[in-house]
Amino acid sequence: MITFEGASKHYPDGTVAVDGLDLTVETGATTVFVGPSGSGKTTSLRMINRMVEPTGGTVRIDGRDVRDQDPAVLRRSIGYVIQQAGLFPHRTVLDNIATVPLLLGWRRAKARARAAELMELVGLQPAQARRYPHQLSGGQQQRVGVARALAADPPVLLMDEPFSAVDPVVRTTLQDELLRLQQELHKTIVFVTHDIDEAVRLGDRIAVFRPGGVLAQYDAPERLLAEPVDAFVESFIGYDRGVRRLSFFPARELSPRQDTVFDDQTRAEDAYDIAAGHGSPWVLVVSAEHMPLGWVGTEQLARVPAGVPLGDLDLAPYGHTFNVGTDSLRAALDAAVLSPAGLAVGVDDDGRVVGVVSQDDLGTAIWSVTE
Amino acid sequence: MSAAETAHAGTAAWDWVTGVAQWGVDNWSRPGEPDRGIRPRLVQHMRLAYVSIGIGLALALPLGLACARWTRLYPPVLTGVNVLYAVPSIALFFLMLPYTGFSEWTAIVPLSLYTLVILLPNVVDGLRQVPDHVRQAAVAMGFGPLRRLVAVEMPVAVPVIIAGLRVASVATISMVSVASLVGLGGLGQLILTDGFRRQFDAPIVVGILLTVALALVTDAVLVLAQRRLTPWARRDRSRRARAAAPVGER
Ligand SMILES: Nc1ncnc2c1ncn2[C@@H]1O[C@H](COP(=O)(O)OP(=O)(O)O)[C@@H](O)[C@H]1O
Ligand SMILES: [Mg+2]
Repeated sequence: MITFEGASKHYPDGTVAVDGLDLTVETGATTVFVGPSGSGKTTSLRMINRMVEPTGGTVRIDGRDVRDQDPAVLRRSIGYVIQQAGLFPHRTVLDNIATVPLLLGWRRAKARARAAELMELVGLQPAQARRYPHQLSGGQQQRVGVARALAADPPVLLMDEPFSAVDPVVRTTLQDELLRLQQELHKTIVFVTHDIDEAVRLGDRIAVFRPGGVLAQYDAPERLLAEPVDAFVESFIGYDRGVRRLSFFPARELSPRQDTVFDDQTRAEDAYDIAAGHGSPWVLVVSAEHMPLGWVGTEQLARVPAGVPLGDLDLAPYGHTFNVGTDSLRAALDAAVLSPAGLAVGVDDDGRVVGVVSQDDLGTAIWSVTE
Repeated sequence: MSAAETAHAGTAAWDWVTGVAQWGVDNWSRPGEPDRGIRPRLVQHMRLAYVSIGIGLALALPLGLACARWTRLYPPVLTGVNVLYAVPSIALFFLMLPYTGFSEWTAIVPLSLYTLVILLPNVVDGLRQVPDHVRQAAVAMGFGPLRRLVAVEMPVAVPVIIAGLRVASVATISMVSVASLVGLGGLGQLILTDGFRRQFDAPIVVGILLTVALALVTDAVLVLAQRRLTPWARRDRSRRARAAAPVGER
């Protein structure tokens, strides 16, 4: 547990970076500090490993004032990951990761063995061990940064905008992997970001900072999105907080329909009769294994000569799908909005079609869960 | 030119080349006069150049560390070094005479000081070149200031320091010859004493060729040393150069 008790940082030039911060970071959970640039997130984070000394108040780790420990010793028990990774350019990937164990006096062979273990944990190939940082992509460098921070198995991990400099696709992958790692390791993570979406994805608890270094709200992500305490937090979260909140409701609540799903051997006129019968404007064509193939309009089916199977027609791409078992209502809504038919295709873990959900059905489900 | 004249000119040039080569072979070492052959002068040239560069580096490292650490020190120190460089070398050699006489120190002291004008900025820039995020990461992992300097900042500075050494070496090897005016100067003696004063080509040509060869070999050794010491810096020199581009001073 990390506690801030009235922690403040006033710079000699008059800047108030952090003002009377009271906050408890739970052990084994991910706490995200989020807020606009200059709101004191980095300053607060660095109070934990004494890279910034507070001018007022106290920071404790498990009840012990951080000022009672030698900074260098304290820091070796706290992992730290930053935006540009901060890797040593003159050391190989393996030796970069082994840095803290070596500082702690481990034997080189043991430190390297540990580093190799961590490479695997963060998804790096063994062949990359002997590379130098400049030979890696930005995303790989961040993985090395995370591995290096974890090398001595510190209970606490501080991360300052670690994924802000990589492209969005890689960022999503890295976020997923952090979630996976955290499920395995249960570190006490303090994660700084200015991106509310990232905060909502990663945080068990979110602390929103406002300019002037004041804590505006400290809550679980769903509560933050449901009940922002004031206008600042509400505008910081953004207009689409309602949609974002849907991330917390499982798509399992939906009942996908199968009556507009046909396999590719079905004759067009048979599909037309059924679809027109219950007024569906679109039909989803699937393979014999129930993998999605594409959409075809019911109108179009009426013009197809008798006897032609659906698989021979020109199909519109089926677009995004959502996983009925694991995805959220937000993913389902996203799939529906992006689908050419306006219908979301629900699939199981193997990608087989479970059924389709119309925007109407989604609306009803959303209405009932968020009420 | 007729064919006969061309042939004649060709023969004359050939005679000149063989004459120079013959002189070189004959005078490589002179059994009767142990200091006057080519070999002892080459050896002296190497000694004057390498000792000066070595002393220069030994001065530039601590001075550069101090300037990188206490940044206010750097502008005055750099100005001092530059002013020193502006003093003509001949003048410095003669100024040294009353203190060091005709010992090799008369050449070594000024030459060492001259190398600073190249080595000092390179040491300082090399140390400053460590990106701030790398330094921050080192602090956050629990490196103290001394350990950070030795394990991170110095190694990262090595390519820039060696780049400085290459320039300083070539400059020093060339400048050693000037010290022949005070009776030192290694290969410079061949040019001045044996060649210029006696109006004789061969020693001048041999002196120049050996000086150039020495500079090239020294440079090649430094390039190899750089490859061995900093395998991590082998690519994108252009990017590194841009990162190390002059900041503020220089
Ligand atoms: N050394 C310093 N001197 C003066 N002001 C500083 C210093 N370091 C940070 N600040 C100021 O403190 C405020 C908070 O900074 P920071 O914690 O880095 O914000 P954030 O990480 O939320 O973007 C900013 O206004 C910043 O300009
Ligand atoms: Mg910051």
